[in-house]
Amino acid sequence: MRNVHGWLLLTPAAILLVGFTHYPAVATLLDSFFSTGTVVRPTRFVGLANYAALGDDPIFWQVLRNNVAFALGTIPTSIAIALLMAIWVNDRLPARALVRMSYFTPTILPMVAVANLWLFFYTPQIGLLDKFTALFGASSHNWLGDPATVMGCLALMTVWKEAGFFMIFYLAALQSLSPELEEAAKVEGASRWYYFRRVTFPLLMPTTLFVLVNATINSFKLVDHLFILTKGGPDNASNLLLYYIYQVAFSFFDTAYASALTVVLLAMLAGLAIVQFQLVEKRVHYR
Amino acid sequence: MRSILAVLTAALLGLAQAAWAQVELTFYYPIAVGGPLTKVIDGYAAEFEKANPGVKVKPIYAGNYDDARIKALAALKAGQPAQISVLFSIDVYELLEQDVIVPWDDVATSADDKAWLKGFYPALMMNGTYKDKVYGIPFQRSTIVMYWNKDAFKEAGLDPEKAPANWTEMTQFAQKLVKKDAGGNVQRWGVMVPSTGYAYWMFQAFARQNGQDLMNRDGNQTNYAHPDVIAALQYWRDLGAKHKVMPEGTVEWGTLRQAFTEGKTAMMWHTTGNLTAVKDTAKFPFGVAMLPASKQRGSPTGGGNFYLFKKTTPEERKAALAFVKFMTAPERAADWSMATGYVATSPAAYDTAKLKAYAATFPPAVVARDQFQYATPELSTFQTGRVRKLLDDAIQASLTGQKQPADALKAAQAEADRLLKPYR
Repeated sequence: MRNVHGWLLLTPAAILLVGFTHYPAVATLLDSFFSTGTVVRPTRFVGLANYAALGDDPIFWQVLRNNVAFALGTIPTSIAIALLMAIWVNDRLPARALVRMSYFTPTILPMVAVANLWLFFYTPQIGLLDKFTALFGASSHNWLGDPATVMGCLALMTVWKEAGFFMIFYLAALQSLSPELEEAAKVEGASRWYYFRRVTFPLLMPTTLFVLVNATINSFKLVDHLFILTKGGPDNASNLLLYYIYQVAFSFFDTAYASALTVVLLAMLAGLAIVQFQLVEKRVHYR
Repeated sequence: MRSILAVLTAALLGLAQAAWAQVELTFYYPIAVGGPLTKVIDGYAAEFEKANPGVKVKPIYAGNYDDARIKALAALKAGQPAQISVLFSIDVYELLEQDVIVPWDDVATSADDKAWLKGFYPALMMNGTYKDKVYGIPFQRSTIVMYWNKDAFKEAGLDPEKAPANWTEMTQFAQKLVKKDAGGNVQRWGVMVPSTGYAYWMFQAFARQNGQDLMNRDGNQTNYAHPDVIAALQYWRDLGAKHKVMPEGTVEWGTLRQAFTEGKTAMMWHTTGNLTAVKDTAKFPFGVAMLPASKQRGSPTGGGNFYLFKKTTPEERKAALAFVKFMTAPERAADWSMATGYVATSPAAYDTAKLKAYAATFPPAVVARDQFQYATPELSTFQTGRVRKLLDDAIQASLTGQKQPADALKAAQAEADRLLKPYR
């Protein structure tokens, strides 16, 4: 009886969590063991057949490779740039608020709007990028229509979009560092680089971990721009796992196969998160 | 006392009568082109209600074609009312497989109704017909046409009033139209055909022009690997790779219109749905022509049809028929065509005074109609999403030089055969 009050407080959140997170996850897992039913051919249990099909699906392997390349292309760069920007705007400089604001602006914009802007940046001939390279006499390049450059274009846009967001976390962390540390380092005659390497960076580790986890999840989760920019093309060169799931579920109507793909995505993300926490935890200094 | 009772009874009876006569039609529709079209649709619905007291029409705007299909199917599954819908013309096999639609022939039984069913352009009925039954009534339909920049033609020494009539001419014209700066960089391309969003649709035009359709009538067989189909893809690839009159790689659907109106390409293939937008933004005189021929002319149709759902009462079906007849009546079809750039769906609509007057001042408005005699239905089969993407990927792999057209198309055909085997 004593616990009733507590349970009552928990109920609203619990209902939402179960209804919109846990139940769908379990249902997805179950669906992945069945075939996609139509009225003509009803759903039946197929065991691991959907997962076997996944192994034979060249597009699945390609989107997986694409996604790894996309993650490697965006995560380290955006974290490094975020850290640089944060240190830069943490100093006393004229119009500091304005500089901070302008770094943060890409974050506020909706991804779909950003993608529409960048679509025109990348457009051959009339796009900003081509107009810029033309100044140096370079010939027009079909940025999004060339399998060799399309992924880099997407990664660049994502870094631009994300770095400002991560900067805010670094900025907050930098401001919580005690100024005495820097004074002490100065007294000891430590260089700026030495101070950053041995004091600031280790103290920022909890933030780096948080940002790293977020960036990793985002690199699998953010696909809004694909709808506008490339639709996964040309020939799946820019297709990412989540966008492929969307195509399978809502364009091919193969909900069972989409469920299997989703389970793989969830398992991968969960695995990555565990590894990240365990590895980085050892190097994280919590105070 | 008795009189009160009589009044009450009469009132109740009257209520009952009204309730019985009251039919409500809910219909989902997508919008895939620009402009304030929800208002136009709402206006049509209000007009229909006024003419048919007792029927209430509830139009629900449902996003793009994919969204509309998902929402309509979800509503049906959840037991929400939906009697009719405008959905993608190529969704017909998916809807048949889900067993949610009934043919219009079942309700259009009177002589008048049958005449109405025969009144549309045959080219527009092909996507909606399965085993000789009409499932889709054409409503918002489009086709591909060629736009050309008359100033660029003049500059290149070509007749500005004459569009290329066949592939050889298109290549020759395009070669003359390519303009380079001193450094050899291309300032203006000869021709562009989009290959991102709807590559399969554009390719259908090439294939048809080369004498081939890409699927059979029953939707269970594709024809991707025919030598003439491979030759069609080779020609498309050669425009970029060999003749250098089109950029190599894929051409983005969404920005092509700007590339044309900014003079970066002298010709483009695009949907008639863009006609009004090009008319409003091009600063130079432009022409609209039928697509060029190889063995013959050809272009696929596209767009949305009216479907009738299975879960409907006889009264609702009757009302639905009346509504769809109203929506496709010549006057309204003419009106809708002028508001959107979609083609008017029946010869009668092109005979209306207002569309004749419009065509007199703006001749491109009737090019699509004249092209109907060469039209082919849009690619649609069972498992349509996958079968279509196979072709999209093969086209893009060829255009970007990753694969040879023959290899890409043969692989796509083999995979399509595997997917479609259960439906034969």
